[in-house]
Amino acid sequence: MLRPIKVLIAKPGLDGHDRGAKVVSRALRDAGMEVIYTGLFQTPDEVVEAALQEDVDVLGLSILSGAHMTLIPRIMDLLKENKAEDILLVPGGTIVQKEEINELLAKGVPVVFGPDTPLEQIVTFIKENAKIA
Amino acid sequence: MTELLERFCAGERRALAKVITIIENNLPGKNELLSRIYPRAGKAFVVGVTGAPGAGKSSLLDRLTEVIRRRGLTVGVVAVDPTSPFTGGAILGDRIRMQQHTMDKGVFVRSLATRGSLGGLARSAKEVITALDAFGIDVILVETVGVGQSEVDIMKISNATLVVLTPAGGDGVQAIKAGIMEIADIFVVNKCDLPNAEKTVREINGMLDMDNWAGVWRPPVLATNTLVNTGIDKLWQTLEYFREYQKSTGLMAEARKAKLRSDLLEILENEIRLKVQKGLLDNGRLDQELAEVLEGADPYTMAGKLLKDILAH
Repeated sequence: MLRPIKVLIAKPGLDGHDRGAKVVSRALRDAGMEVIYTGLFQTPDEVVEAALQEDVDVLGLSILSGAHMTLIPRIMDLLKENKAEDILLVPGGTIVQKEEINELLAKGVPVVFGPDTPLEQIVTFIKENAKIA
Repeated sequence: MTELLERFCAGERRALAKVITIIENNLPGKNELLSRIYPRAGKAFVVGVTGAPGAGKSSLLDRLTEVIRRRGLTVGVVAVDPTSPFTGGAILGDRIRMQQHTMDKGVFVRSLATRGSLGGLARSAKEVITALDAFGIDVILVETVGVGQSEVDIMKISNATLVVLTPAGGDGVQAIKAGIMEIADIFVVNKCDLPNAEKTVREINGMLDMDNWAGVWRPPVLATNTLVNTGIDKLWQTLEYFREYQKSTGLMAEARKAKLRSDLLEILENEIRLKVQKGLLDNGRLDQELAEVLEGADPYTMAGKLLKDILAH
């Protein structure tokens, strides 16, 4: 039997809006994944530390503060420092500007899910790309 | 595997996380891994925390972790939440209450889903505890799913079991029912700022006083409030006292023996299940032999024959 995909849904930075994070968590749960939610106001260090302790396959970031160009690269650096680049990074939230999305993709972020992304698209992406040993 | 073990033994937290993943998912090499780390385990104090959903178990663990860390001891947390019986998915939300400890290198938190296990824990919980213990963690706090009345697996794996209740949890009849009310080493009435907290404490004491506790541990009933940190120090002192009591009365040695016995039995059962899987299911032999049973051979004789065969291999 294939083991369930383990996902950490994190809210890095200073925005207190987690309806989106909860909706996505719920959708991933309904798709048979085990979803750990960190709660609000996490620093990049805390997010990565939690991902390492839980040994997750996927790290979902919900960012609605506008600080994604700072937070996402910082989290990528920390994953690299900890030799945890195998964790699939899935950022989402209010990331709308084409230039920013392209910049993030160029930096190696595998995907960026902006507003209006259908939930099935997120589920499918994770199922196809998560590396389960 | 050897490399992972070396890193584990050197105290690398990432290796601990990976070892737990192998245990949690029954990945190849699990038994070898466990047999290698087992000799290092056996020193940790395992505290089980159980109670109804929303009783405040995670918050209590968070506060208790603070107190234990102040005494210089390291803490491992195993937090269990339920798996959906429909999709197999789960939301593991206990970490939310323990955010403040994330960057503390003396605290390691791991969330587990029940994955179909009905006793309030994950099937792998016991072996995950062994891993944390072998890693050298001093105190391991195990949080069950929010339980009803009869999920009592926690008492089999803990050195001390806390049952967390809240005021307004029902009248005196609730308190004399069987099940989780019987497994507490310590009762905790959490949210003790709410109305009727004293009454709840009184009712549990009343229930306890129906028994004769001469010569045995009588579970104390403590009141806590995790918002303003009332009663948490006392809770830890009581846990330490209970541990000393167990040691001095020989109860600890007795419990250890009982635990090893059930561990041994469980490992054996697992091995036999594996043999059935390999020798009868994976190769389709069961279906072949089924033909004979269909034609009238009795299943009991057949099972005996098959058992002899698979055990010989």
